[in-house]
Amino acid sequence: MPAVENTIVICAGGACISAGEISVKESLESTLKEYALDEVVQVVETGCMGACDLGPIMVIYPEGIFYQKLNSENVKKIVEEHLLKGRVVKEFLYTGPAGEVKEKPQEELPFFKKQVKIATRNLGVVDPLSIEEYIARDGYFALTKVIKELSPDKVIEELKKSGLRGRGGAGFPTGLKWEFAKKAESNVKYVICNADEGDPGAFMDRAILEGDPHTVVEAMTIAAYTIGATKGFIYVRAEYPLAIERFSHALETAREYGFLGNNILGTDFSFDIEVRIGAGAFVCGEETALINSIEGKRGIPRVKPPYPAQKGLWNKPTLINNVETYANIPPIILHGGDWFSQFGVEGSRGTKVFALAGKVNNTGLVEVPMGITLRELIYEIGGGVPGGKKLKAVQTGGPSGGCIPEKHIDTPITYDTLKELGTIIGSGGMIVMDEDDCMVDVAKFFLEFTVEESCGQCTPCRDGTKRMLEILERITDGEGTEEDLEKLKELGEHIMKTSLCGLGQTAPQPVLSTMRYFWDEYEAHVKEKRCPAKKCKELTRIVIDKEKCVGCTACARVCPVDAISGSVRNPHEIDSEICTRCGSCLEVCRFGAISKVSP
Amino acid sequence: MPSSKCEGHEKLYAELDSYINSVKDQPGVLINVLHRAQELFGYLSEETQQHVAEKLNLPLSQVYGVVTFYNFFSTKPKGKHQIKVCLGTACYVKGADRVLDRLKEELGVDLDEPTKDGDFSIHAVRCLGACSMAPVVLVGERDFYGKVTPDEVSKIIEKYKEE
Repeated sequence: MPAVENTIVICAGGACISAGEISVKESLESTLKEYALDEVVQVVETGCMGACDLGPIMVIYPEGIFYQKLNSENVKKIVEEHLLKGRVVKEFLYTGPAGEVKEKPQEELPFFKKQVKIATRNLGVVDPLSIEEYIARDGYFALTKVIKELSPDKVIEELKKSGLRGRGGAGFPTGLKWEFAKKAESNVKYVICNADEGDPGAFMDRAILEGDPHTVVEAMTIAAYTIGATKGFIYVRAEYPLAIERFSHALETAREYGFLGNNILGTDFSFDIEVRIGAGAFVCGEETALINSIEGKRGIPRVKPPYPAQKGLWNKPTLINNVETYANIPPIILHGGDWFSQFGVEGSRGTKVFALAGKVNNTGLVEVPMGITLRELIYEIGGGVPGGKKLKAVQTGGPSGGCIPEKHIDTPITYDTLKELGTIIGSGGMIVMDEDDCMVDVAKFFLEFTVEESCGQCTPCRDGTKRMLEILERITDGEGTEEDLEKLKELGEHIMKTSLCGLGQTAPQPVLSTMRYFWDEYEAHVKEKRCPAKKCKELTRIVIDKEKCVGCTACARVCPVDAISGSVRNPHEIDSEICTRCGSCLEVCRFGAISKVSP
Repeated sequence: MPSSKCEGHEKLYAELDSYINSVKDQPGVLINVLHRAQELFGYLSEETQQHVAEKLNLPLSQVYGVVTFYNFFSTKPKGKHQIKVCLGTACYVKGADRVLDRLKEELGVDLDEPTKDGDFSIHAVRCLGACSMAPVVLVGERDFYGKVTPDEVSKIIEKYKEE
């Protein structure tokens, strides 16, 4: 067989797949075959490279040339030009906002350069289906080190030194959690991986499971060795079929290599992992609800204490951590707790993976040291807000979090600072919002979510959130009163104090935090019946400026409800009674004649 | 065992039974079994739930309780092509509600109800984890459409009509 001359790495992360990665890969492979290059060019699919808005992406090695926004056609041209003739195809390279073209943006742009990759160290580097590639990147070295050299107490000591805290939302110190589970006395113990990533806007766990499944297998095995468990479960959302497939494949190969199963690495330590698939219930991200779901029951949370470390799965001591937390374990074991704690700041050590989405130029997955400011994250890494719009707020922590207003943009991101601002880091979803987003509407969106996802077990959450939603609906419909605002606040505070589990205790957070920072917007809805962002349909009208309208009829043609009338070359008019405020006309008007007004 | 099972379903029930037999000694497998049953039948009818309850030796109330707790399980048939619209936060702020409205309008159905010809049904789903491509529409299990505008909706539907 001839020697491989080029390796082409294609990102097969969720976003790239949705942008057409599969057809790109097929076209690439068939073109390589056509030119008889298939033996000298190796094509490797990797996990998410992070720069999701550029997808589908591929990098051609050894040079490391980065091609973006590929499709089945332009990839053929790249084979013909780049591989056959040795010419870089400029038109498919990264092009920045100012038109600058870069061959290796991964080495130049702040989006890549400012990142410190620990949990996502292998994403975009290894083939997730190859255990050999994982091993070549020091994979399973940490497990070997633990089994051959370290006592369980030493493992816990390193974790404590590292300062790692749970990355799933609550931020509990991981070392302590492991210690509790180790100290619990029982002949049967369990290790669980919480991969029920439900916060809308967070997709780092999915990316890790799809892109580097072995790191989770290795970390869970280390956890089992440390606390004395022989059986593990991973609970994955049913919405992530590819993650389930790749993780299951990783389990099989790890067993073949003796890293999992009976007599791991030839010792008398045995441990195995079973995959359990969720069935679409947000509350199952709460650890005790998840445990009930693994037991095959309705996923309702249990009263704590007892904590899972004492009485968890089938009432046995259970250690439960989230995917990203596990992904940090092997590097901590290999390089030591002190090494990990050099990143980040007091109280928030190490790095955190954030999913940047919403109104930001560079969307995607980034891993940065804790303590970085929101400004660095949104402007330097994220490239700012698109379309020249103004940043309004950043939503963190999903339905359990809140909105941070623009004025706090220089806040360093830590567990404590975000708590002071009335939100949480949560699982790391970061949705950027601009001037077009109505904060009351955003609060309503999250409340709709919690109302639907409340398990119904305790009254404050089941009924209280519903009442809050009704009030919010009145406000966005223009029927709210000032008394409603008071009630909303009071009710929210009660629900936080009296709900049984984390879901209810944090559900009012999106409302309370937006009330704290955007009180004037709530007041505008109630007192002036006005939506400043012109988002709430009942408080907004769409109008045509007769001076600007040239009568091109484009708007009338796209209107789905025929609310626009007018003849060719004459100004058109919108009938507000019929108009559904869908905004289709706004998008097609080339003369800037259509706008939203409120009231 | 109920005797009135539709013809053609017997084979599916046989397949389900062999799955149940392979896992029934493990604790807490009800949800796994329901997943398999929904894969086979497309949804979980009363008959199927009863069958699962008998095979696992559980009260029907418990099976029904679990089925209705989780969004993923459906007690009604779905369309041949299930169109899932992500209503996660990123998709929402990028206009997923408008895509959803247009889909309902084009197909003339509400959420979770199949079209008359049984070809399509529309479902609102939780964050699919492809936030950079927001708003996202997923047809079936694997066909992702990113940055969808309301105007692209009819083109997407058309693709599946031809099949």
